Amino acid sequence: MKPRQQRMLAVGLSLSGLIIAAILTFKAFEENMMFFITITDVVENNKAPIDREFRVGGLVVSDSITRETGSLTMSFILTDNRNQLTVNYTGVLPDLFREGQGVVAIGKLNQNVFIADTILAKHDENYMPPEVIDSLKDHVAETKEGY
Amino acid sequence: MFPEIGHFALILALVVSLCQGSASLYGAAKQNKDLITLSRPLAHTQSLFVLIAFACLVYSFVSDDFSVLYVASNSQLALPLLFKVSAVWGAHEGSLLLWVLILSTWTTLVCLFSKNLPDIFSSRVIGVLGFLNFGFILFTLFTSNPFERIFPSPLDGNDLNPLLQDIGLAIHPPILYVGYVGFAVAYAFAISAMLSEKLDKNWAKWTRPWTTAAWLFLTIGIALGSWWAYYELGWGGWWFWDPVENASFMPWLIGTALIHSLAVTEKRGVFISWTLLLSVSAFSLSLLGTFLVRSGILISVHAFATDPERGLFILIFLISVIGGALLLYAKKASDLDKKVGFGALSRETFLLLNNVLLVIATILILLGTLAPLVLEVFNMGKISIGAPWFEIAMLVPMIPLLILVTMGMHSLWIKDSSFNLYKKLRSPLGIATLVGIVIPTFYYGRSGLLLLIGSTISIWIIISSLLSLRSSWKNNQGRFHINRSVAGMSIAHLGLGVFVFGVTIVSSFGVETDRGFSLGDQISVAGYEYKLNSIESIKGPNYEAIEADISVFDGSELISHLRPQKRTYLVQKSPMTEAAILAKWNKDLFVALGDSLGNDSWSIRIQYKPMVRWIWLGCLIMALGGLIAISDKRYRR
Repeated sequence: MKPRQQRMLAVGLSLSGLIIAAILTFKAFEENMMFFITITDVVENNKAPIDREFRVGGLVVSDSITRETGSLTMSFILTDNRNQLTVNYTGVLPDLFREGQGVVAIGKLNQNVFIADTILAKHDENYMPPEVIDSLKDHVAETKEGY
Repeated sequence: MFPEIGHFALILALVVSLCQGSASLYGAAKQNKDLITLSRPLAHTQSLFVLIAFACLVYSFVSDDFSVLYVASNSQLALPLLFKVSAVWGAHEGSLLLWVLILSTWTTLVCLFSKNLPDIFSSRVIGVLGFLNFGFILFTLFTSNPFERIFPSPLDGNDLNPLLQDIGLAIHPPILYVGYVGFAVAYAFAISAMLSEKLDKNWAKWTRPWTTAAWLFLTIGIALGSWWAYYELGWGGWWFWDPVENASFMPWLIGTALIHSLAVTEKRGVFISWTLLLSVSAFSLSLLGTFLVRSGILISVHAFATDPERGLFILIFLISVIGGALLLYAKKASDLDKKVGFGALSRETFLLLNNVLLVIATILILLGTLAPLVLEVFNMGKISIGAPWFEIAMLVPMIPLLILVTMGMHSLWIKDSSFNLYKKLRSPLGIATLVGIVIPTFYYGRSGLLLLIGSTISIWIIISSLLSLRSSWKNNQGRFHINRSVAGMSIAHLGLGVFVFGVTIVSSFGVETDRGFSLGDQISVAGYEYKLNSIESIKGPNYEAIEADISVFDGSELISHLRPQKRTYLVQKSPMTEAAILAKWNKDLFVALGDSLGNDSWSIRIQYKPMVRWIWLGCLIMALGGLIAISDKRYRR
């Protein structure tokens, strides 16, 4: 095979590979992209996607954690200091889950209750999920502007 | 006093590294013998000063000198000695110093083992490494000085992050860094080659052992990180497609591509410019990884904006390292490739395809890692790309790549015939298909398309690698001769097969379940019975813990007691899950203790992970293959 043909072969193969990869990628990308939605947007503005998972984040409200004795299912209230959202979760909680801690929950909304299948709380007592910081900050900024 | 000595030594290292860089490069450009002879002594001096600085920091940790801010924030009196030492690289400042130490160690090794190369060439390599180290020492001194003092000094430190108090994480960063930084050597060789008057393929032979060495450390480093995440993060996954993990996986993929394209360049003199480009890319991706992890940009785009100093520095450094190399490349590489032909069906073609697919995989990971950042910058919403996307996207390049592995291994250089290749591959493929269908379907009792593809391909790779390994030794009239290059290559591919088999089985047949346990309860998961006997409080050196005692039965036979803990570290007050794992060659039984559910009942996560050890075993075998390939005699000539 001549060098020119070699190059054509290489270019052709890479191109077709790239095109296939690109199509599959973007399709899968759309399906697996997960939005972070603030609690206020969920509660007041009805921005929660239907039939699709998304992330919410906020602080766990004190004394809001309830569970039936012996059951893995529990519920707590998340707040962005403006609105509150009840979250239900079944399973083992992350180590740093506790009242007053910033956490992120992944799941779906069902009749104004957030059904989480994953709870994230990172391993640092001072850590706060970035989305939570931002959504708390949004609120502070808005109040300053006279809300 | 030691912190000041360390600080001063680091400043001296900065000055010397600048001299090392400029004297070596200028000397090589002007063909000035005196300056060229200076390059090695300067490099050794620089390394010595860096070593002194590092030793001073270690001493500050071991002697509990809490007047040093970095020690006070990352250590405490009660910390075990091993972790006092590993705490040196437990946070940003110290890990940068470790990075610098490793880069100067590589430089020293290059100085020692490059005496058979032309002086001008090795002088340029040492010069480039000098400038790279200059950049990193500058970064350390100006943005992240580990020797900074605080006054008044606290009586006790703030302790090392409990998560890092583990042997796996004590050795993971150094090994990972040895890999990352090792690509700097490949980068320096590529730059030196491009600065040469006459660029030929000799450079490929010289750079191969270095590249393979860097790659093998990166392989072990990534595997250790994965193993650590598996047992220490407490939740039993082995890869999370976390941006930090991706940052290490991208240079690994490109490094793997580089190893393969170097083989073609050395043997056949083709792909020279492509190989140069890959050498530059591998190190650039290491730097990009550092930038992503160190700048805080991953935690939030805003974190970068509020404390831009570090990120900005690395960004500028990154741009000059990549930009400079690419400019040089554009100037030099236009008509490098000799007109050497090869057949459409030849080892060259398979290695070319290998490169294309590995680059596609890297681009996909880069896309998934950076897309959330880009969207956030342009205010298009906050998104995250989860593991499921990466898992699907990786199938696109990886399945063809794995199918091609065996063909590439057994095909001939220049030109092969399809009949010949078919003849060599058909019986391994036949056996692999049979075994690949029988094991999942009958032993594990389930089948599925991806599962059968995965197990068949992995067994095919394993068998072909063993055959290729067999062909690497010859019995020449009673004298035993091993071709270590071929042996290393075969063993590395064997490791790949073992890895893929582990991944396939564990992702298809792994069981994960969260259960509520009361004392005395017995629960069955994946054929094993778990019984909660007791929950007790215990005390460790710097933590308190609750420990569960769980007996595990296989049928009615007691096979083990597992004792998972929930620790609370006294200084940082943070709880930590310590999983208990029963590890066998063909399966792990994994138990992690959750929270109290009230009334003596606890949430417990139980997992059954068949073949999970094969994942890390495979990585170790790959690294071993690399080691054997490096030991080939022709690199020592």
